[in-house]
Amino acid sequence: MAATMKQTKVYDREELASGTDGVAQAVRLADVDVFAAYPIRPYTGVMDRLAKFIADGKFDAEYIIADGEHSQFEIGKHASSVGARAFVGSSGTGWLYAMEALATTATDRLPVVALVGNRALDDPGAFGVEHNDAMLVRDLGWLVVWVSTAQEALDTTLIAYRVAEDPTVLMPCAVAMDGGYLTHSEHIIRVPTKESVSKFLPRYNLGKRVMHPDNPVSIAPQINEDWCMEIRRQNWEAAKRAKEVIYKAYKEFNSVFGSNYTNPFFDEHMTSGAETIVIGMGTVSSAAKVAVNRLREKGEKVGFIKLRWFRPFPTEELRKALSRAKRVAVIDRDFAHGGPDDGGVLYNEVRSVLFDAKNKPKVVDFIAGLGGREISIEDVMEVVSITKKCKADERVHWVGLRERKTGGTHVRMKR
Amino acid sequence: MVSTQQAKKEFESAKLYTSVHNIDLEEFYSSGHRTCQGCESALVMRDFVKASGPRTVVTGATGCMYVANTSYMTTPWVVPWMHTQLGAGGASAIGMAAGLRALMRKGKIKNEKINVINFSGDLGGGDMGLGGISGALQTDYDLLVIIYDNESAANTDIQATNLTPYGAQTTFSPTGPAKRIMHTKWKKNVAPMMAVGHPNCKYVATACATWPPMDYMNKVKKALDIGGPTLIHTLDPCPKGWDYHPRYSGELGQLAIKSGLFPLYEIIKGEVRYTYDARKQKRVPVREYLEKQGRFTHFIDEDYELFQTKVDEMWNDWEIPGVAPVKGILKLAQ
Repeated sequence: MAATMKQTKVYDREELASGTDGVAQAVRLADVDVFAAYPIRPYTGVMDRLAKFIADGKFDAEYIIADGEHSQFEIGKHASSVGARAFVGSSGTGWLYAMEALATTATDRLPVVALVGNRALDDPGAFGVEHNDAMLVRDLGWLVVWVSTAQEALDTTLIAYRVAEDPTVLMPCAVAMDGGYLTHSEHIIRVPTKESVSKFLPRYNLGKRVMHPDNPVSIAPQINEDWCMEIRRQNWEAAKRAKEVIYKAYKEFNSVFGSNYTNPFFDEHMTSGAETIVIGMGTVSSAAKVAVNRLREKGEKVGFIKLRWFRPFPTEELRKALSRAKRVAVIDRDFAHGGPDDGGVLYNEVRSVLFDAKNKPKVVDFIAGLGGREISIEDVMEVVSITKKCKADERVHWVGLRERKTGGTHVRMKR
Repeated sequence: MVSTQQAKKEFESAKLYTSVHNIDLEEFYSSGHRTCQGCESALVMRDFVKASGPRTVVTGATGCMYVANTSYMTTPWVVPWMHTQLGAGGASAIGMAAGLRALMRKGKIKNEKINVINFSGDLGGGDMGLGGISGALQTDYDLLVIIYDNESAANTDIQATNLTPYGAQTTFSPTGPAKRIMHTKWKKNVAPMMAVGHPNCKYVATACATWPPMDYMNKVKKALDIGGPTLIHTLDPCPKGWDYHPRYSGELGQLAIKSGLFPLYEIIKGEVRYTYDARKQKRVPVREYLEKQGRFTHFIDEDYELFQTKVDEMWNDWEIPGVAPVKGILKLAQ
């Protein structure tokens, strides 16, 4: 149980929690000042829980039921601009309805933290996970991190505030989790005490840019061709600094909470000596780890990498980790229509990382689990088997697709 | 429902300007903007912040009062000002008001009255941001939304909005041999719509920056003093968009009011008071107002007559002229 501490108690209690519950606990513990809600499956559980905290007197914050996601995210952005710690969240098309606010929250450099309960983009309607929603902010100046357990959701939300609000960073952060598989599945988590959280997470201070009568600033005037490039560059410099801050934050997190996050950016599972490395994000890691264990038992040299931080992308670290292998299998719970080689988003990020590597492994893409379809242990074992035997030009495979696609590089896998 | 007396008391409690001589000289919207000569929307800016004073935070939705006002490093704003998105006026006010309330309650900043004001144009406030402003008026926060209405998207080269008057020429509604009148919509009646539908909203007013003198500034003062979510809708003559010489801005504002086309009133806790009662005055023919503007030069007699009929109908037939069209647009089924 709890108590690996010296003076103050680090953990309050254990409880059964879903992924969204984990985030709700973190929002409460972070003493968030303002949160705005709007319903859409599957992220909503976090707002249900926070509303109940307010009703029970367990959490002191301004709670606004917005009139739409656009307003919801603008409320978060402007609360953050007056120096209040803000939380928002959404899923799928709701996240896209807020897109204008998402873009400006990033360019205004306001450290709002948002939960994205990943959901397929309508139409036709599908509640299940697909990573395309969160990925749409990948070029906008958001920090984006994927979590795969409820504990990791709690921890990462606290870390998200710590990184986002760092005076050298000041960028919004999206905590993404697989809809259904994590938003709605429960396991036992350890809930930290408020005292330990306040040791880890300092007060939010926007500094010179805060909107307050004592600090009469003008925020976001027209810059046009005069200053746009310099401001874009400043934002990018902040993203660069974010990387170091992420390393620091995880180190501090480990020391305060006794956690064991070795590499903040990705977890490696049995990658030592692996000839084939499978890489994916989110809850696919459960099936992938078991698949790797089984294949290892049979003597196959296989490993798995669970990518956590998608922005900033751990370019150097991944290049080092992946170029040791002969083959890399990318599991994409997303799709990039009309992109290079008709592969997924993660696939092309990984290929781009490996372009400059001395040892270039064969990279094969697997479009899998779209719209919440299960990616089973057997599926991952099949992914490894195809990666080993497929020809160099068979780059993209759709896992468990019902119909055979003729032509191109799409090859059907048996379910 | 609040009693008449209570409403009256609150109405009278604001320290109002009684003469132009007791209007503060200090400016909080100063030089640095690039608005046109004769721009009434710029006056709307200057006067609201004069009335609200330095303990104020402001967001401005995208529009001419963003683009023409705030060029990087030459801001006219002496109070904190931030840009917000075209349709985010209401939400921006909620965000700031909620943030300040939480920070004050938790003792993170000094507890004091800080005025939270958003201004949005007719495109941003009356069209795209209407839902967000509705959301803001449903809260219990102290915030004021000002819809500054120059009857077009004046920043993007004068395009028609749903608050552009019937028949007006804009770049989206030109006149031509096949279609003399392109813009066939009657002006959306935003202020009463918001007043009727939002039980939390404590104060709604219409105003014109220049006329009657001090009326607009006093309405800002009242809105801020009464507190809660409040809304002011201003009509701002625009030389560029309405096509007239800048020297006539003040005159056109007056004519819009005196012709009865733009009713001036305030609604405090459900009670409507006219601040210029066109029922008791002899109304100037609407034609006098329309003829002075280039955007109506394609009008023929029947267009002027239509305008006059609509205005007469509003003042003679509506249950509450300008506000509640029960006998005008809406009628009880027999």
